[in-house]
Amino acid sequence: MTATTTAPVAAPETRSTPRPPSARLRAWATRAPLLPALIFMIAVTQLPFVATLVISFFDWNSLYPDARHFAGFENYQEVLTDAALRKSVWTTILLTVAVVLASLVLGLLLALLLDRRFRGRGIVRTLLIAPFLVVPVAAALLWKHVLYNPEYGLLNGLLHYVGGPQPDWISNTPLLAVEASLVWQWTPFMMLILLAGLQSRDQQQLEAARVDGASDWQIFVHLTLPHLRRYLELGALLGSIYIVQNFDAVFTITSGGLGTANLPYTVYQTFYQAHENGLASAAGVLVVIGSIIIATFALRVVSSLFREEVSRA
Amino acid sequence: MSSIAVRTRGRFRNGAGLGLVAWLAGIVFFLPIAWMALTSFHSEADAATNPPSFTAALTLDGYREFFGAGGGASPWPALINSAVASVASTLLVLLLALPAAYALSIRPVKKWTDVLFFFLSTKMLPVVAGLLPIYLFAKNTDMLDNIWLLVLLYTSMNLPIAVWMMQSFLAEVPVAIIEAARVDGAKLPTILARVVAPIALPGIAATSLICFIFSWNELLFARVLTGVVAETAPVFLTGFITSQGLFLAKVCAASLVISLPVLAAGFAAQDKLVQGLSLGAVK
Repeated sequence: MTATTTAPVAAPETRSTPRPPSARLRAWATRAPLLPALIFMIAVTQLPFVATLVISFFDWNSLYPDARHFAGFENYQEVLTDAALRKSVWTTILLTVAVVLASLVLGLLLALLLDRRFRGRGIVRTLLIAPFLVVPVAAALLWKHVLYNPEYGLLNGLLHYVGGPQPDWISNTPLLAVEASLVWQWTPFMMLILLAGLQSRDQQQLEAARVDGASDWQIFVHLTLPHLRRYLELGALLGSIYIVQNFDAVFTITSGGLGTANLPYTVYQTFYQAHENGLASAAGVLVVIGSIIIATFALRVVSSLFREEVSRA
Repeated sequence: MSSIAVRTRGRFRNGAGLGLVAWLAGIVFFLPIAWMALTSFHSEADAATNPPSFTAALTLDGYREFFGAGGGASPWPALINSAVASVASTLLVLLLALPAAYALSIRPVKKWTDVLFFFLSTKMLPVVAGLLPIYLFAKNTDMLDNIWLLVLLYTSMNLPIAVWMMQSFLAEVPVAIIEAARVDGAKLPTILARVVAPIALPGIAATSLICFIFSWNELLFARVLTGVVAETAPVFLTGFITSQGLFLAKVCAASLVISLPVLAAGFAAQDKLVQGLSLGAVK
């Protein structure tokens, strides 16, 4: 979200009675520690966005700086009508939704497994977290070269033992190949959030339900899922925020080829390789609008979690 | 027959069978990393075989090649750049976030939740939204290929998370203790050092680790804004994107070495990692 949600931090006091100078001084003293961080954030994140917004209304190719002129909504029109750019909008949605849903479902199953006591639970948890801790570029390289390679990749190597076919994964199903690697990286994150949710359930309530003869399935549907709802939402929204912005996997595994270019990759390519500054900015603004839609929802969820925490305190 | 089925179901309910399933899932998820580690210790010829070789002789050649023994570019400058960018930005984040978190938790200012949400909202502004102006700014001020520009950007990337996390950690310091210390005549620096720090330190450490991890992992800014001099480890890794066959062991060695700091930091802060990534909302 952008400057529009900026809180009026140093809003003038709305009290009717004027306060003595010493009180006002003290009020500023309590606010002062906030200022460096606030000013820094506004300078480094909000100002560039405003600049992007301005550039998005110009026809500006950096190879022809003299031809720069105001273009109104032309760039936006082009982003939304250009087949390749429109496809990248669609790819972004597909990639984000598929990865978030798949990793959320897998993460939920894993969290339910890990919520039980069994021998070596700590070790299994550590094994499961590991994919999330591999540097994203390294993880993408691992999938591209070590797992997907049609000749000596591990996937086809294992298929060799069962006598299955030996497909060229990245060429045949490029988007799915990118998605699978991201699901592998993000499932642990979802699992950790949902595990925290499971472990914060009211044990007495569960015990009472069990004594009353509720089955495991009934307990899951009527007690666990409603309790997990906000954790599921939180995981989905935080996952979306990061995956909408994904660059590393697309850049590394397919270099944006074969119909896998998402918006962040397209923005990168449009200005870094095609030098179309105005067009890239318009695409960037569209990413922001998409993020605002997610974020508005996200803030609502997070603030509901947050309110509960405050009321508990 | 049916009694066996019932008994088996009973066992599953007790968790032994599901424990096995969990183990299986853990192994499946870890397999790619284990395989990468094994491949990194194979010779290039043994690494690129089909079917895969599990018993090939182990060697350190992949690591020697990665560190430039074969005449390739040395990864050390990139590793050092990443270390500088990550550590320096983490320190800068602490410097900015600690006072802010203090103001938001121990002596809350008015409208403090609004301020928190402003910080959070900046995190939802995609990186690409400001990339071009930052690039143009860097180009016009001769800051391209300069590691300190990355330090500033990584600081802005991590500051919101740090403020949120530390706010929730500092909020755990009981105000009564601080008041008691003040009544006893302790000055602010003493209170900070003797009362606040011991309680908040583990949280501050976890926050630092998370900031370090994000900075170390970052690719897009580094790719666009650095070149030869300020290249970071992830950018160095992108050099392997098109590498074919011959360098599989080297690719694995490189990926592992560069992931090692993150793996170490992440395992050390497992629990705090979720809390930090979910911006303190999950405890």
